[in-house]
Amino acid sequence: MNATAAIAAFFLTAPLVTWTAARRGPRAAFALAALPMLLTVAWATAALPTILDGDAQRQGWSWLDALGLRVDLALDGFSALFVLLVAGVGALICLYAAWYFDADEPVGRLAGLLVAFAGAMVGLVLADNLFVLYLFWELTSITSYLLIGTKDRQAAARDAALQALLVTGAGGLAMLGGFVILAQQAGTASLSALLAAPPSGTAVEVALALVLAGALAKSAQVPLHFWLPGAMAAPTPISAYLHSATMVKAGIYLIARLSGPFAEQVGWWRPVLVGIGLATMVLGGWRALRQHDAKLLLAFGTVNQLGLLVALFGAGVPELTFAGVAVLLAHALYKAALFMVVGVIDHQTHTRDLRVLGSVSARWPALTAVAVIGSLSMAGIVPLFGFVAKEAAFEALLHGGLGAATVVAAVGGSVLSVAFAARLVWGLFGRLEPVDAPSEFGAGPTPADGHAPGATPVPFLAPAALLVGVSVLLGLWPGLIVPFVERSAQSIDPEATGGLYLWHGFTGALLLSAVAIVGGAVLVGSRQGVARLQATLSVLPSAESAYRSTVRWLLLIAGRVTAVAQSGSLPAYLTVILATAVVVPGSALLAGRAWPQDAVVVESPLQAVVVAVTGCIALGVIAARRRFAAIVSLGGVGFSVALLFVLHGAPDLALTQLLIETLTLIVFVLVLRRLPDRFTTTRWKAARASRLLLAGGVGVFVTLFALTAAAQRSAPPASDGQVARAVPEAGGRNIVNVILVDFRGFDTLGEITVLATAAVGIAGLVRTGRRTPAREGERP
Amino acid sequence: MNRSTILAAAAAAVFHTALVFSLYLLFAGHNQPGGGFAGGLVAAAALVIRYVDGGAEAVRALVPLAPMSLLGAGLVLANLTGVAAWLAGGAFLESATWSWDLPVLGTVKTSSALAFDTGVYLVVVALVLMVLRTLGEEEPA
Repeated sequence: MNATAAIAAFFLTAPLVTWTAARRGPRAAFALAALPMLLTVAWATAALPTILDGDAQRQGWSWLDALGLRVDLALDGFSALFVLLVAGVGALICLYAAWYFDADEPVGRLAGLLVAFAGAMVGLVLADNLFVLYLFWELTSITSYLLIGTKDRQAAARDAALQALLVTGAGGLAMLGGFVILAQQAGTASLSALLAAPPSGTAVEVALALVLAGALAKSAQVPLHFWLPGAMAAPTPISAYLHSATMVKAGIYLIARLSGPFAEQVGWWRPVLVGIGLATMVLGGWRALRQHDAKLLLAFGTVNQLGLLVALFGAGVPELTFAGVAVLLAHALYKAALFMVVGVIDHQTHTRDLRVLGSVSARWPALTAVAVIGSLSMAGIVPLFGFVAKEAAFEALLHGGLGAATVVAAVGGSVLSVAFAARLVWGLFGRLEPVDAPSEFGAGPTPADGHAPGATPVPFLAPAALLVGVSVLLGLWPGLIVPFVERSAQSIDPEATGGLYLWHGFTGALLLSAVAIVGGAVLVGSRQGVARLQATLSVLPSAESAYRSTVRWLLLIAGRVTAVAQSGSLPAYLTVILATAVVVPGSALLAGRAWPQDAVVVESPLQAVVVAVTGCIALGVIAARRRFAAIVSLGGVGFSVALLFVLHGAPDLALTQLLIETLTLIVFVLVLRRLPDRFTTTRWKAARASRLLLAGGVGVFVTLFALTAAAQRSAPPASDGQVARAVPEAGGRNIVNVILVDFRGFDTLGEITVLATAAVGIAGLVRTGRRTPAREGERP
Repeated sequence: MNRSTILAAAAAAVFHTALVFSLYLLFAGHNQPGGGFAGGLVAAAALVIRYVDGGAEAVRALVPLAPMSLLGAGLVLANLTGVAAWLAGGAFLESATWSWDLPVLGTVKTSSALAFDTGVYLVVVALVLMVLRTLGEEEPA
């Protein structure tokens, strides 16, 4: 097993999962889906001993030599952390989803996409080449888009999916631009080589800004945070997996990697990332406080923690990086568990509304225990891993030399996270006061009437319980994980080091933790006042409304531009195309003054006769008043041209021309049945004159151009060598066919693809035109 | 629609001849005038004759396949030819020739380009079939 096999396992399993779901139902499908995840966990675990010694597993193969593209994969400490999280949490999600979905639910697409997503995510964190990383990055965006839009019959879900795709996709495009510049400047697309010898200069700084735009959009940082809560339109297993533990961490992953060298080297890097991160942390926490849909509360809670992570990793300080790894691990453990718990409650009671849930949760002691422990870890309370990680973060911030303001902001964000964790527990245990503030994302779920919640199956709750159990274990014995956390952090910053302690004396960090807990308690105590303040502040413009008006304006402008550029009038299109053809190359022709010197006009009298006949028939086309007559005359022109080809000794060309003319004539006749018998002629003299002028201009230009071009040969014809090579290389004596299927076979492949596309397009257009009246009831 | 007896008889006589001729063009194309494109056009013309004689129904009865499937099959075949050359260690679409000694016909040379040309043939026939189905299906009101 190696990195390539691990990634391939996901993508090969994905279609099989979809296939299984249709035949054997969700349980079998998710069991199969767990297979590549478990394999990957086994592979990464087996590699752990060597990784802990500081050796990275590397693998690479050439992909597109002509573009210098290589697939390089590397499993080092930091990648291993992500691989284990993605595959490990993924396996638990599969177990969970097998119980979340009913046996008759169509989960084929969802389950297959889930596996494909996991594969893309594993590929992303293993990639050691900028462009391979980008490929997987975009794959996660697209699979996530499809997964958010799982309930594709709901307009809200489609909107949310499109919003997520637009925001992360636009960021991704910026990132691609940044990667191209970076690769150019560094002279290599290899991530490890780039980080080992970082390029510098203005171009590099622009590139880094572009890359950051993509990473920050992906990790839902202010002001692009709004897509993440919207993504909660996905079924809960998806939200638990993509939007808490994995995809949103992709941005963190990239920021962490780049911060290694660039935080020191680029002046604006540290203040920008720490600033954005802490702002996101405070804003996410603040918004979480007003949610009463448990899932949205958790989503904003994720925004809060992602902000902290961006600040910790973006600073590029060894201690902060170490603390960042710990916080990242702690967050993945408790957030996935909490999402799963909320999904269980939603599944059993058909509501996630904290205002009505209340005592319902008290009926399930095990579920409640998991929820409470998870929330305590989220709040950073002893003795859970969330506390240990947060202590490490405070400790590092106090000694990191980033200034007091960052400490204050981080504590402020933590106060909020204590408060929203308390709000969650409060809602699950007791009952929140009904607040009149409307939910931000639609009406929110309502409980089903008279639905008696049944018992929770053990496997349904087991994944969440396991994750929470790990939080407890690592909280009590943080020493177990220290070597791994340290090695992960050192993959980014060789100097990163630190310790994780449940108790490290009466230190400043402990004081800050206490401040956060007390502050959170105060916020919970004065929740009426907080709610009033929230309501007052909600009139401020939000980033989401800015997004909506941007999209609205974009559509409006696009509509206007299309209305002008694509008027739908065929004469107008023809005029533009032909006038361009005459004016642009025509002026070049006039400017070049390269007049035909000794062009051969006629080779034999027979040619002159055929040309004269062709001209006469062409005049007939112009003179025709009825469409049918014009079409038939046009066919006559085509046949005479075929005759000309015969006279030139080109039987292949003549044959094709003859056949094409015949078929075109038939198709024209089919179309003519839908058009009026006679041409409509304009009475406006100026219009007729301008058309005559244009037609005449095109005729003169084409003739001159053909004569000039034929007399301007400066290189030997390409066909010379091909004639000689036809028999030995392609085994054919018909040079035309040999060129078509062999020498220029790729062209032909492209042409028939265009042909097929056109056929599908025509069929679609004609059918659409036919369906419209039927819908209005005019015609069956 | 009144069917013309003369046309019907002529169509019946020409149709199969044209089809055989189209196959000849396809197979002979590598050495003589012809090829997949011309062959496909002749086959399409044969179908058009049947269409002119018997309408869309007659064509539908002759080719029960969905034109879209034929179109896809042609594209897949052409692409597979290219990929096969790849797998055989050559460049994409590089052609190979084989000689066969057959009992009656003597030595017959086959080129992998024939498979590619067959793909072209299928696409052309499918295109015309689609045009006949979409534009020629019913008499517009």
